[in-house]
Formats: sequence, structure tokens, C-alpha cells
Amino acid sequence: MRITRRVDFSASHLCAIPSLSQEENEAIYGDGANPHGHGHNYVLEVTLEGEPDPVTGMIFDLKELKTILESEVLEAMDHRYLNMEVPPFDHVVPTVENVSREIWRRLWPKLNFSHARLWRVRLYETEDLFVDYSGEES
Amino acid sequence: MILTRRYRFSASHRLYNPALSEGENREIYGRCAKPYGHGHNYILEVSVAGRADAVSGRMVASKDLDSLIEDEVLRVYRGRNMNLDIDTFVDGRVPTTENVARDIRERLERRWPAPGTPFGHTARMPSLSGVRLFETPKNIFDI
Repeated sequence: MRITRRVDFSASHLCAIPSLSQEENEAIYGDGANPHGHGHNYVLEVTLEGEPDPVTGMIFDLKELKTILESEVLEAMDHRYLNMEVPPFDHVVPTVENVSREIWRRLWPKLNFSHARLWRVRLYETEDLFVDYSGEES
Repeated sequence: MILTRRYRFSASHRLYNPALSEGENREIYGRCAKPYGHGHNYILEVSVAGRADAVSGRMVASKDLDSLIEDEVLRVYRGRNMNLDIDTFVDGRVPTTENVARDIRERLERRWPAPGTPFGHTARMPSLSGVRLFETPKNIFDI
């Protein structure tokens, strides 16, 4: 069985490869390559998989999950300029693909128990673009 | 990793099988069989599977994916009467959203660049993972 908790955060980012020209970056990232950055209301869905505890009837304490999401993701990313304030995005382009992978990397050590574990991270950059990541290579 | 992009188009259709009687059509399709058709604001989600490029951090350049979907699907369906304007359905095949979702998937598969090969600004084209079509917010079809 799986449970999903949804949180949102707002952050700005700039998508550009430093070694490429502005024109080349715009060809890859479109408006995302605007030199001064831009922002999104990100929506994050975190899904855990496990079996309900026979006594509590719960897979995982949702209050505790909320606390972990606040400390591992929201404190780091909410109202931040990802490129300037959130490593590794000082040298990794903060595309929605890379941000979802980074969120997985931060959450996996906190949500990996025998009875319940992180199953999927879904990150919406806008309602028209989202990425699902489950820890697979790349 | 799976990346999903959402698109919108509006179109009309009539659910009516010419091989069946008026009564049978009314029985099967209800008000969707009424003679002049009706329309929906469709939402299309296209999901692709692959790896993010190590340098760009992108699985596919949105511009490239968008122009593929625009050319192969949106330009075909946007603002059309499916029964009269779209070759898949002009011969009487019923444009149920099951059939529309399959038609969209087949149109994309026919023109999808081989996964792993360069495509536009995308270093390695991802594979087509899924098509989800919302006929209304309450009727959703996956193929």
C-alpha cells in the first residue's frame, strides 16, 4: 500500500549551461534561460510504500513525514534562489529533473525503513510539467 | 525517470456508429449520439521515460517535445469536428475517447524519433512512456 503527502514551495532558478551562449541556452531551456532567473510554485508529492502497522493501522506517521519534508526540503528550498542558495545547484543546472533527483537524495536516508520506504517523488514545476523519480540511475 | 508534459485542445465529436440503428446508438451512447455532436476541452498528458542528460540536466528539451506534439497531435485535433475533419474517424469509426487516445498514441509512435538518438536540442531522445487523455476532469483515459 502507498501513501502520498503533498507539499508546495516557491523558489526561483535559472537554467543555463555556463559554457554555452545565451542563444544556445535559450534553444535548450526557452524562457528558463533568462539571465536573472525566474520562479515557480513547485508542488511536491512524496509517496511511501509499506504495510500498515497491525497496531496503529498506519504505514507511517504523517505528522512525522510532514516534519521530515519541512526540515529536508522546505527549509532548504522554499523562498530560495536555487542556483545561489541550494547546493548542488551552484554547479548543477536546477531543471525539474535535477531538483526531483536532489529531493529524492535528501529524503531517501530519512525514509528508508523495513516497514515503509520512499517509493516515488513527483515534482510539478508547473501544472503542465512534472517529473517522477524513484531513485533509478540518472 | 519519467517526465510528463500537459497540453490542451478543444474539439467536437459525435458518438454514433453508422452500422447500428438510431435506437441502438441512442441506447449505447445516450446524449453523445445527438445528431450535431458536442465538444470538450481535452487535456492531453504525454509522458516520456529516460535519463536526464548529464550536462543539460534535461531529459528532453521542452521546445522539441512541444513541437513534436504540436505537429503530430494538436494541429490535427485543435478546433476540429473529429467525425468530419480527422481522417481516422471520417469513415465512421467512432471517436470515443478510447479511440482518440489510441489514435494520438499511434500518431506519436509513427513519428517518434528512435530512443537514444539526437533530436533537435535533445541529446538522447527518451522513449514514449504513456498518453493520458482527459475528456472532462472526470473522464480519464490512459494508453
